[in-house]
Amino acid sequence: MYPAAFDYRSIASLDEALALLAEHGDAAKVMAGGQSLIPLLKLRFAQPSLVVDIGRMKGMTGVGPHDGWLTIGALTRHVDLERARDLPRQLSLLSEAAHWIADPLVRNQGTIGGSVCHADPSGDWGSVVLALDADLVARSSKGERIIHAADFFQGPFTTALRPDEILTEIRVAASSKPAAGAYNKLERKVGDFATVAVAVQIELEGGKVSKAGIGLTAVGPTNVKATAAEKALVGHEPTDAVIAEAARLAAAAAEPKDDIRGSAEFKKDVVRVYVQRGLKTALARAKEARA
Amino acid sequence: MKVSMKVNGIERGGDVEPRVLLVDFLRTNLRQTGTHIGCDTTSCGACTVLLDGQPVKSCTLLAVQVQGRSITTVEGLAQGATLSPMQAGFHEEHGLQCGFCTPGMMLVGTALLERIPNPTEDEIRWAISGNICRCTGYMNIVKAIQHAAKAKAAAPAVVGAAAGGE
Repeated sequence: MYPAAFDYRSIASLDEALALLAEHGDAAKVMAGGQSLIPLLKLRFAQPSLVVDIGRMKGMTGVGPHDGWLTIGALTRHVDLERARDLPRQLSLLSEAAHWIADPLVRNQGTIGGSVCHADPSGDWGSVVLALDADLVARSSKGERIIHAADFFQGPFTTALRPDEILTEIRVAASSKPAAGAYNKLERKVGDFATVAVAVQIELEGGKVSKAGIGLTAVGPTNVKATAAEKALVGHEPTDAVIAEAARLAAAAAEPKDDIRGSAEFKKDVVRVYVQRGLKTALARAKEARA
Repeated sequence: MKVSMKVNGIERGGDVEPRVLLVDFLRTNLRQTGTHIGCDTTSCGACTVLLDGQPVKSCTLLAVQVQGRSITTVEGLAQGATLSPMQAGFHEEHGLQCGFCTPGMMLVGTALLERIPNPTEDEIRWAISGNICRCTGYMNIVKAIQHAAKAKAAAPAVVGAAAGGE
């Protein structure tokens, strides 16, 4: 399998990349690690006339605190999140989810930003940024704008990002309260796309849930934010009954299809079980964080 | 487009279209055919090479993407006529049957031992989880990597000391 011919530029600075995008518009395609784009090029699902390679640009990697935010550089590789030992506990969801992405070789090369922008509804990071209620920082030659994760995913492989924009950073409001998450993924075999996966994140205050985020993988045209389930948690003590109700609402929000990985009915039930399981794990972790 | 990279320690170059995949640059332009093409869809790991020491799939990289970087292929493991500890481990433990996945498995094993010199069986199995052996010879592949770890621990300074077996 071979990509159609394209021009290629490896870019050293963001401004240079943004100028190229301003000039070429949607005839250009941005490449970070290439682990989603190169397969698309080989299948000729994508045939850009120009590939703008930002994969070796400096300064868009790593996780750290910044002005009340925890920021994740868009070019941070999956492997660096998987092996990060010094992540703030609030972001432990990142390393747990990273571990389940594709396989170790893909994780050595692929990036969180590339994967989020690829917007595969079976992608893992989409659910994670939804659960974290993250803000996505988009830059163009005209300036910077913030896109809320909930507004970012618009359809299969389609995002709110304009053709002249590059995602530079993912950021999450830093919390001083106990907060933690969990990622549960069912796959037929190691390295496969998810049959179903669920990201959850909760924050506790005075024994009650003060924030809740639930993102669902591979059960809809995009990663799904289970808003009704989140609302059922916030302001409540996370009892078994409250968790069970949230899990039921999350399953109702899922729109899976029958396919080789399982029936829609089965997948909905896995959502229910994984939301329940994830919330219990996240709660235990958040309580540990408080101790 | 001009491209140059270090392949097994030697500076190599070529003039390629940007769409040329790294695996094809290695096999066709450089005639280094130890790197195999299996699935061609980022699934099987037969095309594994080390990029600056990290295992990656060369069917899912453009040759121009690795401009100026270092590639290790299976041809770079042996020191002259002396097998590397990983190669010797595969020899000793019968870590291959048809041999198609073997270059990838040995490169992944080599990178693993650089990072974790004494890995658990679980760590080995996770490390090779992006590499498929369709002979299903995983038991002996795991043993081969364990063999190499022991050999390296016994003679850490001498590359290939385990060659030829006990």
